[in-house]
Amino acid sequence: MADIRLIEIKEDILSDNKDLADEIRDTLGRHKVFMLNLMASPGGGKTSLIINTIRRMKDAFRIAVIEGDIDSVVDAEKVVKEGIPAVQLKTGGFCHLDASMIKLALNELDLAGLDLVIIENIGNLVCPAEFDTGAHKQAMILSVPEGDDKPLKYPMMFSVCDVLVINKIDYLGIADFDMNAAKERVVKLNPKIKIIDVSCKTGQGVEEWTCWLEKEIKTYRGSTAP
Amino acid sequence: MHELSVTESILKIVLKHAEENGAEKVLTIGLKIGELSELVGECIQHYFDYLSKGTIAEGAVLEIERAPIVFDCTECKHTFQASFSDTKDFTCPECHGAKVTLVSGREFYIKDITIS
Ligand SMILES: Nc1nc2c(ncn2[C@@H]2O[C@H](COP(=O)(O)OP(=O)(O)OP(=O)(O)O)[C@@H](O)[C@H]2O)c(=O)[nH]1
Ligand SMILES: [Mg+2]
Ligand SMILES: [Zn+2]
Repeated sequence: MADIRLIEIKEDILSDNKDLADEIRDTLGRHKVFMLNLMASPGGGKTSLIINTIRRMKDAFRIAVIEGDIDSVVDAEKVVKEGIPAVQLKTGGFCHLDASMIKLALNELDLAGLDLVIIENIGNLVCPAEFDTGAHKQAMILSVPEGDDKPLKYPMMFSVCDVLVINKIDYLGIADFDMNAAKERVVKLNPKIKIIDVSCKTGQGVEEWTCWLEKEIKTYRGSTAP
Repeated sequence: MHELSVTESILKIVLKHAEENGAEKVLTIGLKIGELSELVGECIQHYFDYLSKGTIAEGAVLEIERAPIVFDCTECKHTFQASFSDTKDFTCPECHGAKVTLVSGREFYIKDITIS
């Protein structure tokens, strides 16, 4: 009988995806384009936040949006109406976007003429958290009607994000949502996370959000070689 | 869930290492997956059996070790395990402090393989 040998591997399961994501960041870096990955549950307010962001930032930044939403062009059409290029990915049935899909989408965009790309990831709090898309920063939305216990149920997502937008705060008071408890839970999973309270309906907090984003873009540009 | 794409990656990495080491057959594959990951082990094995047909990894058994969720207490430096199965909050069992940091639970890699 042939001998049995144990081979140590210690290799990240998603290393291919990670390598491709790094390659995407290199490409973006050459054009000084900043990419944001926006994740949330279905209906959390991703498209609403993107539209609000476009309205506030489009005079100073050249923006494009990658729409990963399942089998519909509704969200992409909303973005295009704002005068912003949008790429709709055909993801029918997929639960997340990965680096290879983002690479395809970026091929459709003129990177030399852009400052900011926002990815609207597929509405799902589980799968997108595990896949590097090549974005520079990860953002997620938790909306008030979803409940303050979400960080306990989807800890991975909360632990990988740089910023959390708590959206639909116009529902506070109506909904049974303990803001302090929610934030405490999030910070335990991720002490460095920035939390911003927003209502895409009333516009409250949207400026704080775009300030955060603009600051991140400036820091990023400062860090890329000329 | 995305067990299928994960399994494709596992097979690819395993075959690469097995071939580099001149394997005739892959017997077991040791995975380390943190408790924070929602991957379902049985699904991965099913997909693996299907995808590996006709390769030297056909019939290999996946041994999944779940890495526990571990926190460090920032106040008293105590290290403790937690579970997300219930809605209980994570406070330090020693000093009951609420300032804790996640130190383990996100692992997601192939540890080793046995080959012949
Ligand atoms: N009251 C209130 N409603 C909001 C707010 N933000 C979004 N909505 C509403 O919530 C619904 C879903 O918002 P979208 O922006 O489409 O959410 P989404 O995350 O893009 O949804 P999917 O792409 O379908 O997953 C819409 O009816 C919005 O008008 C908010 O701050 N307050
Ligand atoms: Mg949307
Ligand atoms: Zn303690």
